[in-house]
Amino acid sequence: MKKTTTLLAALAFTLLGSSLAQAEEEGLFESIFGRHKEITPVSNKTYQDECGSCHFAYPPGLLPSKSWEKLLTAQALPDHFGENAELDADTLKEIREYALANAADKSDRKRSRKIALATENIDAPLRITEVRYIKRKHHEIPEKMIKGNKDVKSLSYCDACHTQAKKGVFDADTVRIPNYPDWDDED
Amino acid sequence: MKTLHTLMIVGALALSGTAHATPATDALLAKYKAEGVTKIDAAKGKADWTKSGKSEDGEAISCSSCHGTDFSKAGKHRKTHKVIEPMSPRANPERFTDEKKIEKWFKRNCNDAWGRECTAQEKADFLTFLLAQ
Repeated sequence: MKKTTTLLAALAFTLLGSSLAQAEEEGLFESIFGRHKEITPVSNKTYQDECGSCHFAYPPGLLPSKSWEKLLTAQALPDHFGENAELDADTLKEIREYALANAADKSDRKRSRKIALATENIDAPLRITEVRYIKRKHHEIPEKMIKGNKDVKSLSYCDACHTQAKKGVFDADTVRIPNYPDWDDED
Repeated sequence: MKTLHTLMIVGALALSGTAHATPATDALLAKYKAEGVTKIDAAKGKADWTKSGKSEDGEAISCSSCHGTDFSKAGKHRKTHKVIEPMSPRANPERFTDEKKIEKWFKRNCNDAWGRECTAQEKADFLTFLLAQ
């Protein structure tokens, strides 16, 4: 009997230990309540590799599907914001399907929902920085910290300040603005 | 005797390693030859590296605009600021190991820098020049 109890206790301890370790990695609060906040991170390797070879691989949940529909076509990619980003037909099909299936309007994540809402009744934005919700969120940050900051330069470089951007996390707590360590205290 | 053997192996490796050819580059160079290239000129590849074609926002673009001219160092995309791993296969063993990838970037980057695709001759010259870096 005693042996069984010890065994059960050991088992319980192991289970608890592993879930705690997981929670620690994500943050306890995040692991319980945070699932549906933020943005779904990129999970498709082709998308990550192809888009990420030139720029931060923006998670599809940052734009509505009508935007991705316009951006990811064989006609549009040879002039992708002035760059040639041609893809072969198979690769394009894969990343287009992935982006469309995970676009802001297909996502249940909080930030994606807001982006979907902000773009619902307007022409498809081609730039994430044109989305009203994204603009508003960055509105109060002085120009010197972004445009005038040699290590940032533009709102397009999400991961210059959003340290967890790769994980789809864009909350204020994870922002570190290069050259402005106390950006949050400044008026 | 053992030392001699080791020396011979090291010597052979060093010799075969000088050009840093890969199965991918062998296949591509053979393809360019099949497309009519008879004489490869690495010096032309070197000269073309800094030759600019298209001008964008008043800035003349060449290969070196993003890749730089020190092949042992990483480059930086002039617009997106994305770090581009070194072009030298010595500094970056992954470089020139994937045939599809090489052709993809030739196509894109020739278009970006020169406003047209590169010819088989130009690609053969570039590739041979870069493999020796």
